[in-house]
Amino acid sequence: MTGQQLIISGVGGQGILFLTRILAETAISLGMPVMTSETHGMAQRGGVVISHLKAGEFSSPLVRPGRADGLIAMKAENVAIHRHFLRPGGWVVVNAKAAPAGLDGHPVHVIDADTLALELGNPQSLNLILIGYAVARFAASGDFFSPDQVIGTIERRLVEKGKLRDASLAALRLGMENAAG
Amino acid sequence: MSERMLLLGNEAMAHGLVEAGCNVVASYPGTPASEILSSVAQWRARYDLPMHVEWAVNEKVALEIAYAASQAGLRAATAMKQVGLNVASDPFMSAAYLGVKGGFLVISADDPGPHSSQTEQDSRLMAMGAKVPVLDPDSPEQARELVKVGFELSEAFEIPVMLRPTTRVCHANQDILPGPVAPSDRKALFEKNPARWAATPKFRHRLHLELEEKLAKIAAWEPTAPRLLNPAAPARRAIVASGVAAAHAREVLNDLGLRETLPLWQVVQPYPLHGDFVTTVLEQYDEILVLEETTGVMELQLADRYRVKGKRSGFVPEVGELSPELIEGLIASFAGIETPEAPAPAAEGGRRPTLCPGCPHRASFYAIKRAAPKGIFPSDIGCYTLGINLGGVDTVLCMGAAVSQACGFYHAHKIGGEVPDIVATIGDSTFFHAGIPPLIDAVVQDARFVLVILDNATTAMTGNQPTPALGWGAGGVPTATVNMEGLVRACGVKFCKVGRPGNLPAFTDLMKEAVAFARTDGLAVVIARQPCVVDRTFKGDRPPRRKVAISDACNGCRYCTTQFECPALVYDEEEKRVAIDTLICTDCGVCIDVCPRLAIEEVGQ
Repeated sequence: MTGQQLIISGVGGQGILFLTRILAETAISLGMPVMTSETHGMAQRGGVVISHLKAGEFSSPLVRPGRADGLIAMKAENVAIHRHFLRPGGWVVVNAKAAPAGLDGHPVHVIDADTLALELGNPQSLNLILIGYAVARFAASGDFFSPDQVIGTIERRLVEKGKLRDASLAALRLGMENAAG
Repeated sequence: MSERMLLLGNEAMAHGLVEAGCNVVASYPGTPASEILSSVAQWRARYDLPMHVEWAVNEKVALEIAYAASQAGLRAATAMKQVGLNVASDPFMSAAYLGVKGGFLVISADDPGPHSSQTEQDSRLMAMGAKVPVLDPDSPEQARELVKVGFELSEAFEIPVMLRPTTRVCHANQDILPGPVAPSDRKALFEKNPARWAATPKFRHRLHLELEEKLAKIAAWEPTAPRLLNPAAPARRAIVASGVAAAHAREVLNDLGLRETLPLWQVVQPYPLHGDFVTTVLEQYDEILVLEETTGVMELQLADRYRVKGKRSGFVPEVGELSPELIEGLIASFAGIETPEAPAPAAEGGRRPTLCPGCPHRASFYAIKRAAPKGIFPSDIGCYTLGINLGGVDTVLCMGAAVSQACGFYHAHKIGGEVPDIVATIGDSTFFHAGIPPLIDAVVQDARFVLVILDNATTAMTGNQPTPALGWGAGGVPTATVNMEGLVRACGVKFCKVGRPGNLPAFTDLMKEAVAFARTDGLAVVIARQPCVVDRTFKGDRPPRRKVAISDACNGCRYCTTQFECPALVYDEEEKRVAIDTLICTDCGVCIDVCPRLAIEEVGQ
């Protein structure tokens, strides 16, 4: 995998910063330099939250419009707000019941992670379901982090938190299984 | 520590502080600076360092505590956001004249954008006004390095040094290899020198002369001199950039293929600008593009308005962040090349910020509106500023101003004889920070209004830092406590009652009682006490959970979604009625008492 510029988009409380951190630490474990940029404070309270992630030789923490390799949207409504960051052909992974309109020319991957998180009895696991789905979808192409690399990051990060680690890995695997189906 | 870690800019600066042997750090939380002190507390615990680390009651107090430690010879730092520096500006200006002994760093984090602030002000202008050198990092890694450089500069010239990161440095994460921690073995030793530390105006004149001499030398200090980042061919034009604008510019130059043709100078010390550098760029180049956030501080010092393109010349916008896409356009235009048009963002959309589901402030504002429907509602700085969505906030000026503005509205209306109900709101942390002096003024001047202290037992907006009432400080260490009710009564307030806003009927009655008291008898204080829903540090009891459902009595009138505005109440366009978003509902049950048709019901767990 070469340099990656990603936009991760959602609303306050959905666990965007944790998701970003998992991907960033995965990049570090692969020996890639990484920068991310996030918003805190007033902007965070129930409003739209965006996180920029750049792995590779970059110096600016922000992704420019038209440059992102991928957009991970934790809310369907955010696709319209942030799709201008995508480069031509850039992919979209979206938590939605159906594919949002207006994404011609972009590979779109849809997963209903809200329903899966509720079925799992763990609404907070939405972010991990989504990331599991994304890495499994791209597993063969080599365009993104691999499932094993992300599983490794979560295991390292939550090594001393038995229950939380198991619940996190369960959510991640649920997302991966849904990508296979 | 010997492996690369993903560190937030604020964590990186905190590590720089412990690497540099800093002994005292004091701060008041403010976005984007808040994580600096909490991270220092974590590093202190991890490395078992001899340090005093505290959340001070406000920024002025924080700066004065850290400054005294510097006067006693220790390395010390204070961290705040740009508007916090306004509060601390009094001691900051004076400390520049008196100078320091141990290295003294004032970290003031700016918020171009502004993402979470009242202003986009440039702390570097404050440094310039105070005549204090300022360092402007471009990344978390450079911010960490400049902490150490700042201490060396401070001690070399016995002067306070400002480190000025911006949101995109504070809240960027980067892989960083932290340096070794050097515990300080300095002992505090205050050497009396009243002519300096307690200087009278006559001596201050001499200190000002000394300060100017220091600044002239600092403008020639090699370690902070501007750096030419690309070995460019001789060129007619050059870019001078500081802060994150330099990081954006570096990447843009690479992408535009201009790295070998357009020289890029990075300035890490925008004030005082190095004298040789000013001479060099004005001699070598016909045109200079200056990229900096937020004000034209370097541009002011590169005084050639015909050849310098920047904010004052009108080439670079004076308002807002210098985003990388904006910088791309500026550099392309400066270099005379075309770039393909970048995709434009969709028209403004998405959700506006709002109080969290289950937030006790929502209930407080709802009750306030019921008790004083035609009132004036001065409010303050914090999460509860979002009470504006509910019509419960009419003014927001700066920390503590809710109370003094309520006084002002009262006295202003009283002159004409007709005084409306005035209900001011202020958070618990903000009350301790700047609400007490105006409360004293209100009592003494007999200003009649209701002050609601929204006591959610934390400083919520900045990430749940402690308040003086809680009994714990930075890093969770035990502290003494201050009793809020006792403090209010000691200020001379006769009516001071506590209520739980989540019990909406009882709290509304309490608000009505307070409003009636203020009309006839004088100042009334209501303490609305209920813990923040997202505060994981809260140890006490939480209100009972009341799971709710929407019954068939809902006719889709939308009173609850417009007047109560809980994000967990969602209007379903297809069903033409309201539904509960169970993914985010906190089971606070307050909405049961909001629906005029009684269509929101409590259901069994």
